[in-house]
Amino acid sequence: MGLEAKTGNMGVVTTTLENVVNWSRTNSMWPLLFGLACCAIEMMGAQASSYDLSRFGMELNRASPRQSDLMIVAGRVSRKMAPVLRQLYDQMPDPKWVLAMGDCASCGGVFNNYAVVQGVDEVVPVDVYVSGCPPRPEGLIHGLLTLHEKVKKEKITHWA
Amino acid sequence: MNETLERISKDMQERFAAEISEYAGDSTVILTPEYVLDAVQTLRDEYHFNMLVDITAVDYWPDQESRFHMVYHLYSMLNNLFIRLRVPLNGNAPHLPTVEKLYPAANWKEREVWDMFGITFDGHSDPRRIVMPYDWQGHPLRKDYPLGYEEVQFTFNAAEIDKRKPYAKE
Repeated sequence: MGLEAKTGNMGVVTTTLENVVNWSRTNSMWPLLFGLACCAIEMMGAQASSYDLSRFGMELNRASPRQSDLMIVAGRVSRKMAPVLRQLYDQMPDPKWVLAMGDCASCGGVFNNYAVVQGVDEVVPVDVYVSGCPPRPEGLIHGLLTLHEKVKKEKITHWA
Repeated sequence: MNETLERISKDMQERFAAEISEYAGDSTVILTPEYVLDAVQTLRDEYHFNMLVDITAVDYWPDQESRFHMVYHLYSMLNNLFIRLRVPLNGNAPHLPTVEKLYPAANWKEREVWDMFGITFDGHSDPRRIVMPYDWQGHPLRKDYPLGYEEVQFTFNAAEIDKRKPYAKE
């Protein structure tokens, strides 16, 4: 009824491999369970029922870097934490993405001093920066959707 | 001041040539470094100060004369009393004996004081940094330690700073 009558049996869909792979990557992008400061509270808020990140297939925060695709750096990174952060990033399997959440992770924020890394992009390559101190869950979700847009534009020639 | 505390303070004054200062019912015993171990031992064994609450330090830079003050907080569970020991130290790289043998809890606290202020504890069993990374240079809580500053990117200088920013490779 309705759709079937218009489109036929729907048993076969033709598309490109790029589209299928990028679609599956964006709709099950599991973040690493990793919070560093107050931004982590907003990240938890984004995952809880009112904002519900599971709408985007991101409800599972993996506690192991081996099972995660996305690293959300939620908070300030101290100089002592930086090697740990890099090690976690190195342990994540490809393809992997990094989202710098909040001002501290993006550029050091208000902590312009010897103890805090001035932007996590000095340690790991960042795909999306989200501003805010801390960003509201809407801000984080906007950042994640921006990342999804970026991933959907990836070409098969880049994967090799 | 509490009577017991007054008696203890007086005794410290006589035995260790200490100076006593009182504020809001608290007693502070100001000692010279050579008496620290004996004074702490006396307080622990004779006056039942069985808990080491805190060890910390203060930096009075740019004063060179007694630039650092070591501060010990002791608590007596038996008498419900606190007592504070202050030890003024001269110079930029002072050292004094560890109280780790008397209170094992002093281990980490003295490591922290060494890490943050650069005060050496003679006879300490594990004199490593505890807060900062092991390869860190300097002692951050010293008043003459530079706070560090990186130029902030605004619209007018963003591109210029971007060029020399150490971005991570894949």
